[in-house]
Amino acid sequence: MLARAVSIMGHTIAEKILAAKSGKSSVAPGEIVEAYPDLVMSHTATWRSVSVMEKVGATKLYDPDRLAVVLDHIAPAKSEKNASDHQACRKFATKFGVTKFYDVDAGIAHLVLMEAGHVAPGDLIVGTDSHCTIYGSLGALGTGIGYTEVASVWITGKLWMKVPESFKVTLNGVFSPGVYSKDLMLHLIGSLGADGASYKSVEFYGAAAGLSVSERMTMTNLAMEMGVKCAFVPPDAHTEEYLRGRLDDPARYKPVRADADAVYEREIGVTLDALEPMVACPHEVQNIKPIGQVEGTRIDQAFLGSCANAKYEDLAVAARILKGRHVHPGVRFIITPGSKNIMLEAAQTGVLQTLLESGGMFTNPGCGACAGDGGVMADGEVCLSTANRNFLGRMGSSKAEIYLSSPATLAASAIKGCIADPREYF
Amino acid sequence: MESVIQGRACKFGDNINSDIIIPGRYLIYIDAQKLSEHAFEVLGKEYPAKLRNFQILVAGRNFGCGSAREQAATAIQGLGIKAVVACSFARTFYRNAINDGLPIIECSDLYPAVEEGDEIQIDLAASKIQHRGKEYGFPQLPESVRKILELGGLAAYLKAQLALTQG
Repeated sequence: MLARAVSIMGHTIAEKILAAKSGKSSVAPGEIVEAYPDLVMSHTATWRSVSVMEKVGATKLYDPDRLAVVLDHIAPAKSEKNASDHQACRKFATKFGVTKFYDVDAGIAHLVLMEAGHVAPGDLIVGTDSHCTIYGSLGALGTGIGYTEVASVWITGKLWMKVPESFKVTLNGVFSPGVYSKDLMLHLIGSLGADGASYKSVEFYGAAAGLSVSERMTMTNLAMEMGVKCAFVPPDAHTEEYLRGRLDDPARYKPVRADADAVYEREIGVTLDALEPMVACPHEVQNIKPIGQVEGTRIDQAFLGSCANAKYEDLAVAARILKGRHVHPGVRFIITPGSKNIMLEAAQTGVLQTLLESGGMFTNPGCGACAGDGGVMADGEVCLSTANRNFLGRMGSSKAEIYLSSPATLAASAIKGCIADPREYF
Repeated sequence: MESVIQGRACKFGDNINSDIIIPGRYLIYIDAQKLSEHAFEVLGKEYPAKLRNFQILVAGRNFGCGSAREQAATAIQGLGIKAVVACSFARTFYRNAINDGLPIIECSDLYPAVEEGDEIQIDLAASKIQHRGKEYGFPQLPESVRKILELGGLAAYLKAQLALTQG
């Protein structure tokens, strides 16, 4: 009886994508399926998956066109060991004809792959990075796996996946000036907790439709910090506009949307108008406080980077606040654009110049300081970062502290030399 | 993989993230021994050596949250830990542990009863934990997934599969 009841009920986005990728007419939460991903992303960890392939004696890939390799962590190489790891990645890409290969100049894998049009709505994407959830900003199911499993998918084309239950988050109203999707996500993570959506698929509705693709990327990226398997903003006109002229094959634009009678385990409403700028305090992302409670906390470093918030819009927001102003002399302001294309756009529009003139320094695009590559912190230092993690020791010393905020809060704080409310600049 | 695992337990709290288990700067390694020299060191330099005295790691909720780094599971194995029993696991760690051949057991009832240094016996086949004369049950892994763990991890499983198809 239960099976019958399930079959006539509507389906969520995750259920529809997993059914399609496992060749089934429908699937139900809890069911384990064998799914065939459209894309397998591996970043600098690629060499580890190559070593697994060698270990198991595999000589063939299921489909080289389903692989994407992007060298973004610790790039360019900082040691001979890194250099030989990168070399192994390049050799692998050449040997197996992996055409979606992006070298150390390109930027952060997630942003590079979306910019290049390799991510379409309805795709199933797995990769060696927990923040693969970001692909849901374009309506694709993205989720992180380890390097051995990546090698397994390279070889067999498939992996087992459990169909998740889904949460429906409905946004109402509009953000106040100076408040962004980063603040929304920090608020949600703070209320639900680090495992508040563990193993779940989260779908955003309501005012999410009015948010830019860049804001959606921040949302689906940060959703990982409440434990999700995947997160989605359903594809709409914004998605279509972003992907037009960008998708590697325009025929791949086939939005997958939830049925009106889809079943959600939990429904959550958030009123955007009531949100304030939020800050994640050391050493867990769920340790969230409204700006008023942390204002005045001294910072030594401000890091504008990561797959969460180093997109062009993020840099532009910071530049708008910093135009004609200077960062505090006690603050090292490090800007690591998410990708080469983002840096290029910032150069063309004057954003790069504004940020440089304000006292910022640019590094090459990539993961940078978020993954501990440069911008390392000493004992007792404090970093405010636009990244997605503030874990103990993540940016150097375990006696350093990391706070997380939106790019606007970061810019305001860089000026003041301490955590500051960005709303005075709006 | 052994069906019965016995040993002393070390104990951790909730939300132990993968940056704590193995910091990102050591991901240039994949060797279990090398990784284990730095496992949990952000909590204190003495941790990697101290944890070698334990065979079972007991933790609270959401163990292994954060990064998808597989080396979190590898580093724990390098310490000589034979199984992790937690109230719950983050999904990336859960998969990585299975793929690395590290048994993971979800059992919230055991957690409050355990003190560091306690002897624990886990019978994987029978899905039972013995601790201070008390027995605790835990859910079995799904059949298809259990096969990966029983062979010692995904690489071994893959090798066996390839031998079947090529042989």
